[in-house]
Amino acid sequence: MPSRACLRGGSRREPAIASARHPAFPAGSPVGEGVARPSALRLASGRGRYTDDQTLPRMVHLAFVRSPMAHARIRGIDIAAALAFPGVVRVVTGADIATVCKPMQVTLAHLPQHVSAEQWPIAIAEIAFQGEPVAAVVARSRREAEDAAELVAVDWEELPAVVDPIAALAAGSPMVHSSLGSNLAFSARFENGEVDRAFAAAAAVVEHRFDFGRVACVALESRAIIADYDPTERSLLVRQSHQSPHLMQTMFARHLGLAEHRVRVIAGDVGGAFGSKLHVYGDEIATAAIAVLLGRPVKFTADRLEAFQSDAQAREFLATGRLAADRDGRILAIDVDLVSGIGGYSIYPRSSLGDGLQAATFLGAAYDIAAFRSQLRVAYQNKVPSGALRGVGQPISCSIVEQLIDLAAGALDIDPAEMRRRNYLRQGQFPATSKGGLKMTELSLVPCLDRILELMDYRCLRQQQSELREAGIHRGIGFATFLEQTAPGAGLYGPGGLPITSQDSCIIRFEPSGTVRCEIGCSDQGQGTLTGIAQIVAATLGIPLDDVAVSAGDSAGAQGGGAWASRGLAISGEAAHAAARQLRRNLLTVAAAVLQGNLEDLDIRDRLIVDVADGRERLSLARVCEIAYYCQDLLPPEVTPELSATSHFTPRTDPYFIANGIQACHLEIDAETGWIKLLDHWIVDDCGHVINPLLVDDQLRGGIVQGLGAALFERCVYDEQGQQLTATMADYLVPMAAEMPDITIAHVLTPQPGTALGIKGVGEAGTIGATAAVWCAVNDALRPFGVRVGRQPFSPEVILTALGVIPTPPVVDPVNPNDEEGDMQ
Amino acid sequence: MKAPNFAYLRATDLPGALAALDSYGTGARILAGGQSLMPALNFRLDVPEVLIDINGVAALTGIEIQGDVIRIGALTRHAELEASAVIAAEAPLLAAAVRHVAHPAIRNRGTIGGSLSLADPAAELPACMVALEAELVLASSAGSRTIGAAAFFRGLFETDRRPNEILVEVRVKRQTPNRRHGFAELSRRHGDFAVVGIACQADVADAKVAALRLVVFGSESFPRVASHAAAAAQGRVLSRALRDDIVAALLEDLDPSDNLQGGAATKRQWAQILAGRVVAQITAA
Ligand SMILES: Cc1cc2nc3c(=O)[nH]c(=O)nc-3n(C[C@H](O)[C@H](O)[C@H](O)COP(=O)(O)OP(=O)(O)OC[C@H]3O[C@@H](n4cnc5c(N)ncnc54)[C@H](O)[C@@H]3O)c2cc1C
Repeated sequence: MPSRACLRGGSRREPAIASARHPAFPAGSPVGEGVARPSALRLASGRGRYTDDQTLPRMVHLAFVRSPMAHARIRGIDIAAALAFPGVVRVVTGADIATVCKPMQVTLAHLPQHVSAEQWPIAIAEIAFQGEPVAAVVARSRREAEDAAELVAVDWEELPAVVDPIAALAAGSPMVHSSLGSNLAFSARFENGEVDRAFAAAAAVVEHRFDFGRVACVALESRAIIADYDPTERSLLVRQSHQSPHLMQTMFARHLGLAEHRVRVIAGDVGGAFGSKLHVYGDEIATAAIAVLLGRPVKFTADRLEAFQSDAQAREFLATGRLAADRDGRILAIDVDLVSGIGGYSIYPRSSLGDGLQAATFLGAAYDIAAFRSQLRVAYQNKVPSGALRGVGQPISCSIVEQLIDLAAGALDIDPAEMRRRNYLRQGQFPATSKGGLKMTELSLVPCLDRILELMDYRCLRQQQSELREAGIHRGIGFATFLEQTAPGAGLYGPGGLPITSQDSCIIRFEPSGTVRCEIGCSDQGQGTLTGIAQIVAATLGIPLDDVAVSAGDSAGAQGGGAWASRGLAISGEAAHAAARQLRRNLLTVAAAVLQGNLEDLDIRDRLIVDVADGRERLSLARVCEIAYYCQDLLPPEVTPELSATSHFTPRTDPYFIANGIQACHLEIDAETGWIKLLDHWIVDDCGHVINPLLVDDQLRGGIVQGLGAALFERCVYDEQGQQLTATMADYLVPMAAEMPDITIAHVLTPQPGTALGIKGVGEAGTIGATAAVWCAVNDALRPFGVRVGRQPFSPEVILTALGVIPTPPVVDPVNPNDEEGDMQ
Repeated sequence: MKAPNFAYLRATDLPGALAALDSYGTGARILAGGQSLMPALNFRLDVPEVLIDINGVAALTGIEIQGDVIRIGALTRHAELEASAVIAAEAPLLAAAVRHVAHPAIRNRGTIGGSLSLADPAAELPACMVALEAELVLASSAGSRTIGAAAFFRGLFETDRRPNEILVEVRVKRQTPNRRHGFAELSRRHGDFAVVGIACQADVADAKVAALRLVVFGSESFPRVASHAAAAAQGRVLSRALRDDIVAALLEDLDPSDNLQGGAATKRQWAQILAGRVVAQITAA
C-alpha cells in the first residue's frame, strides 16, 4: 500500500481541454466543443452498414483455399471434387485469375534498390507464407464454399522456410523467392556527424538490445468486399471495407484493365483498420477478378483466422541501440542497428518499407543530438507480409531512444525527466531538421514535460517508489517523449511513383431548405472524423451542427486519400474549411443581390443573414436558398446562384505536420509471478488546435491502449516452419478493459503554422509513445534487481527469466531460441 | 468460419435426450450453453452429425440442498452458481472460483455440466469438484451411475463419460465448521483461462490439518491432486513453516506442460507461489 497518496492525475476529472476557443471562429461556434458523434449512436444501435451486412441479388460467396505451409511449390491442383459439391458455382485457380488480371509487384521509383517479387492474387506456382491463397471456391453460401474448399486437393512440394529475419539474411538461408537471389529486400545506412568520435569521447555509453515482436492490427470488423461486374458496361462496383477507396478504384482499374471512370469503390461503415485496410490484398483483387469472370456479385469476408493469416502484420524488429552522453547528460551520439522482417512479399502497392524507414530515420528527432547513425536491413521471410500499423515505425524509434536515455540517465545518476529536459530541442531552434532528416516546424517539448510532471505529481511518485521498494513492492515509472508525423504531403508517395494522393477535396452545397451536404476525401473507419468536418463546416457557415450532413468513402464522390497517417482533420479539415468559406461567399452573393446590398456587409449567423455591423436580421438563410433553387427569376440576370463549392488541400509549405507530446507510465511488477499491473498512464499531447476534444481524447486513449497491448500482451508467434501459433483471439492476446489503467490526458497548444485551422493530426500519438513508456517503466521497476528486459511483450515469463527466477530461458521461444535477457546488457 | 451442416434436435425431457443419444451414437453432441461447442464447430474442430439441445430439459436445472449435500443440476449456468446464496453459504470454494470463469456474457450461458463434460485442463470448476470430492451423476437409457470427481477426469479433455451418457447433476457435500477453502489463479487477462490455478479445501481441527485437498489446474493436463503436499500437511499445525513445506512438497506433484504462456519451469514457479498464497488464505481463515 502506498505510504503516501500522490496526486497521480488527481485532476483527471477535469475536462482535458477547457474548450479553447479557436481564433478562426466566433464564440459559440461548434468548433472546440466535445460534440458526441452522431455515428456512435447509430453504430451502437446496430444500424451500422458494414460491407458484410449487404446482400445483392444473385450474389455468390467465396472461400479461399489457403496454403497450410509457409513455403511450398504447387505441383498441381485437383478441383474436381470441390466442383462437384452441391452449391458450388465455380472453383478458380491462380491461372484462371491470370486470364483477366495483372499480378502485383512493388516498385518504388525513388528507392530502386528495393527488390520485390511478383505476387499473384491467387498463387500460381509457389507460395511464400502460410495462408497465401491457392484457389477460391465460389458457392451459393459461405458454408458451402468452405465445405467444398476442403475438397480442393493441392499437390504440394514443401520447401524449406525461414522465419527469423537475421537467419534469413545469413549466407545459406533458404530463399523466400529464388528469383530475387537474396532475402535482403532493402538496406540503408543513415549517418550524420562524427559518431565514432563521439562515442570515444563519451562519459557514458549505454547499449541495449531490443526484440520487438511482430504484431497484428486486429480490427473489429474483418476485411470484406463485394464486387459486382456488369459486362454490358464493363463497369465494376465494389463495396469494400477499406481505408482508401480512391486508391482501390485505381488499382482495380489497372489490374483488371478497366477504365477508371467505370470503376466505383464504396467504403461504407468501416469497423476499424489501424493500417491493415490500406493495402491491396490478393484475395480482394481476386474477388473482383472473379466477379469479372462470372458477371455477377461476389462476396468475400475474411474470418478471424484468415485475418491472422492474411492481414498485414507489422513491427517485427530486432535492434541494437547505443547512446553516448557527456558527464552532464548531454546526448553526444546515437547509433542504432535495425533488422526487420517483412514477410513473404513487400506489401502492394506502398511496400513494406515504411516501418523500417520511419524507425531508422525518426530516432531521437526530439533531441539535440550531434551525431547520428542508423543501419537498416529489411528481410523477406516466410511470414504474412507486413504493412502499416498505427504509428508506422515510430513506436520502434521512440522505444529505442527513450529506453537508451533512461539507461544513460541511470548510468550518470541523473533523473530521467531531467535528462530529457537537458536534451530537448529548444524553442529558438525551430524550424529544425533532425540528424535523421525529420523536419519540424515548432514543438512544445518543455511545456509538455512541465505539464506531465505536475499532472503525475512526479516528485511524490518517485519518493513513494523508493519507500515502497524498501517494502518489497516494485513499481516503475517510464517516460516517453514522442513525435508524431501527421498529414504527409505529396513527398511521401509521389517520388515513388505511386498512385496515392495526399490531397483531399471537399464538395459542399446548400440544399434548398438551407441545410448543407458535404462530401469529403478523407474517410472514417470509426474515429468520428466526419463529425469534426461537420463542426468546421457548421462553424464556417454560421449554421447549427445538425444542419450539416457529411459523407465520405465513395470513389465516385469527393476525391482524396482516405484515412491514414493521422491526416483526416489536418488535411480534409482544411479542404472543408476552404470549401465552406467559398460556399458562404457564394450564398452571400445571392443574398446581397436579393437585398440589393453589399456582400461584405452581410454575415450568416444561426441560420440568418444579418448585417455584419449590428447583427440585425435581414433574411433567413432558407429563403436565400429557396430563391437560389426555385426563383432564379427574382435575381438579376448577371447573378448565377452557385450554391455549391469545391476545394482541395494538401500540405505544401511543410512536407508534413509534426505533432509532439509526452507520456508516462506507472506500473507494478510482482517479482514472484512476473505479472505486471498497470497503475496509471498520463499523456500530454500537442496536436495544435483541437476541433473536438472528445474525438481527440478518444484517439489518444485508444492509441495508448494499442501501444500498451504491444508492450504487454501481443506477439504473432511462428514456429520454425513458419506456422503461426497465435492465429486465434484466444492465443493472440489483445489488451482488454480490465487490465487498462486510468489514462489522464492534458493538452498543450501549438498551432500548425501555414494553415487556416492550425490542426496537426492525433491518431497515432497514443500508440507511438505508450509502448516506449512501458519499456522505460518496466526496466525502471527492475533496476534494484540489476537486470533489464529487451523482449516484447513483457510477459510474466519474460520478467521471471530476467529476474533469474526461471533457471532456463523460456522453452517456447520460436523467434530467438537463444535470446536470453541476461546478455541484453 | 462456418460450421459444416449438422442436424439439430431439441430435447424436452431426459429420456428423450438419452434416446436420441442412443440412436446417433458417437455422431451426437449434447448442446448445453454452447460456449465451447459452438466455437469448436465453427473452427471445424468437431464435425458432429447432430446436436441434441438439452436446454429445454427442466430436470437438469436447479441448485438445492438435499440432506447433507447440495445438488447442482447440470444445466446450472455459471452466473446462477455465482449468484446463489446456497452456494455462497454451503460451497464457498465454488463461489470464489466461478467469478474467474470467463466473462459475464459467457457465464450467463455456460453451464456446470458443459464445463465438467468438456474437461478443459484450465477450467476452474473441474478442479473445484475434485477439491470438494464431488460426485457426478451420469445417466444413460440403461440407468444412472455416480462417480467421484477425481475418477471422472482422466486426461486432457478426457473424462469417464461414455458416449451414451449425459451428465445430469453434481452432488457436493455441504460446508462444515471445520472446513476451509482457498482459491487462486493466474491468467494473462481478466476472464482468460487460467495459466495456473489452485483450488483447495482443508479440514482443520484444533488448528491442525486433518485433510488437505489441494488441486492444481491449468498447468496440468487434468485437475491434479497434490498428494505429496497433502501428506506434508497431514496432522500438522497451520504455520508459516507448514506453508513452506507444502510449497516444497508440491514440486513432487507437478507435471506441467509447456505452452505459449510459459515453459514447465515457469509453471512450477507459478504453482508454488499460488500454493503459498492459497495456504495463507486457509491459515488466515
Ligand atoms: C471467451 C471464453 C472464455 C472462457 N473462459 C473460461 C474460463 O476462464 N474458465 C472456464 O472454466 N471456462 C471458460 N470458458 C468456457 C465456458 O465456461 C464454457 O461455457 C464451458 O466450458 C462449457 O459449458 P457450456 O455449457 O457452454 O457447454 P457446451 O459448449 O454446450 O458443451 C461443451 C461440451 O460438453 C458437452 N456437454 C455439455 N453438457 C453436457 C452434459 N450435461 N452431459 C454431457 N455432455 C455435455 C457438449 O457436448 C460439448 O462437447 C470460456 C469460454 C469462452 C468462449
